[in-house]
Amino acid sequence: MVHAFEMKNRFIAYDSESCALHELDEMAYGVLCKFIAADGQTPDISVFEELASAKNYDLQDLLECRDDFSVLIAQGGLFTPGRDVGIEALYPEAPVIKAMCLHICHDCNLRCTYCFAGTGDFGTGKRSMLDVETGKRAIDFLIASSRGRHHLDVDFFGGEPLMNWPVVVALTEYCEEMSKKTGKEIRLTITTNALLLDAEKSAFINQHMKNCVLSLDGRPEVHDRMRPGIGGKGSYEAVSGRIRAFLDVRNSDESLYHEHYVRGTYTRNNLDFSKDVIHMAEVLGARHISVEPVVAEDGAGYEIRMEDLPQIEKEYEDLAEYILMTRKTNDPVQFFHFIMDMQGGPCVYKRLKGCGVGAEYCAVTPDGDIYPCHQFAGDASFRMGNVRDLDDLLDESGNLLPGKKAEDILNPEVHDKFIERLMPKKEACKTCFARYNCGGGCAANSLHATGSLDGMYEVSCRLAKKRLECSLWLAVAGQDA
Amino acid sequence: MKHIKTIQTACVKTPASGKACGECQTSCQSACKTSCTVANQKCESDR
Repeated sequence: MVHAFEMKNRFIAYDSESCALHELDEMAYGVLCKFIAADGQTPDISVFEELASAKNYDLQDLLECRDDFSVLIAQGGLFTPGRDVGIEALYPEAPVIKAMCLHICHDCNLRCTYCFAGTGDFGTGKRSMLDVETGKRAIDFLIASSRGRHHLDVDFFGGEPLMNWPVVVALTEYCEEMSKKTGKEIRLTITTNALLLDAEKSAFINQHMKNCVLSLDGRPEVHDRMRPGIGGKGSYEAVSGRIRAFLDVRNSDESLYHEHYVRGTYTRNNLDFSKDVIHMAEVLGARHISVEPVVAEDGAGYEIRMEDLPQIEKEYEDLAEYILMTRKTNDPVQFFHFIMDMQGGPCVYKRLKGCGVGAEYCAVTPDGDIYPCHQFAGDASFRMGNVRDLDDLLDESGNLLPGKKAEDILNPEVHDKFIERLMPKKEACKTCFARYNCGGGCAANSLHATGSLDGMYEVSCRLAKKRLECSLWLAVAGQDA
Repeated sequence: MKHIKTIQTACVKTPASGKACGECQTSCQSACKTSCTVANQKCESDR
């Protein structure tokens, strides 16, 4: 479908099926709107006569513009027909779990008000640490389930993983050992609140972790309001210096990994969150930033409400302007949701599959329980299995017994819900211009907001659409000399 | 075209194999964790 919109005095047309992008003048925008109203067919000449009269356009000019659009449509640059993609194209050899969020501990040294993990224990009332043996079993499960996939991903997550640092080190070494043994590339990420991020841990992370996600919400007063320590005191002062020191090394030493994100959460307490992104960039030196809308129940007080959306949408536009300004320097800032490789990026199948929750991605808790992702951890109805059950499928050398598959330990009643959860089946997505950008959105958010994994969570959809518009605007505005 | 400037022609890749290779990173591995953007992920076959 074609999405035509105006943003910051620019008229933009985006063909969602082909991802072709065009900048229009106001007259062409008006002409395209007539094509859209006619479902991509050439409107009757009377439509253009009315438009010429209403807007005082030259009719001949309008008709030339109409013909230009007809050429673009014939070339496949607008109104490209939708694809009919089946599950066999998305998962040719059945879904293969090859990415894992590994919960190093279910405990945390902060008490963030909005924490979806229940300040560390995931609502279980039990704070716990992953042990090395269970962690190794989780890695074994990932390798065994990944079949022919070469690239595997593991995110050391929590709670706060630095609270269980010896296990992080041991499992990093195990991943590197298993990489050599199996020939697979296991890429490591760690997500941390940085409170325990000292020089020794920083050096280890920079040497071994492809990506590091550092949690910080932005300006001191914003951060401290939602991210207090155990005693209730704000944590900005303690973590900001550690993050700055960490980034100084990670950004400058060519021999180390560079990828990082300073990642924050915004709530209705800071709907002016573009200022927080700017703070992260200019005060802390972050060059890769993500801020996400809070996940919160109605009545929490800080939840994003429908009436907040116009202000948030404007805020994303302001943020896009800032990102554009930095792109014109030799030290650009990347905002995660605005990144768009117009000539590359993922293939159509990746765009349709979405995040892979429960089908290509899973989370493992300190008890070894497997969930579709970190946001489902602790919800017994979504428990998919336990990595320790893998022992029953392995021989003495650690290889799968003949005829056995790693996914045999998964509960098919839960697993199948996520295999079947393909974006093209969602009614709301079929007519959405952003469907190749968000892959159908976050299943956990849909469940929490609507009671269904495939429910339409309107707040999330509106924000995904606005973020895509901003990405497209950046692609257009970035062409200016 | 006087009134239209094409910034990007059709560019969504459809692999010749007609199926997903499944090698790319999951979005929550980058920074998402509570929302979902997939179009910003890199294609492993482009690296």
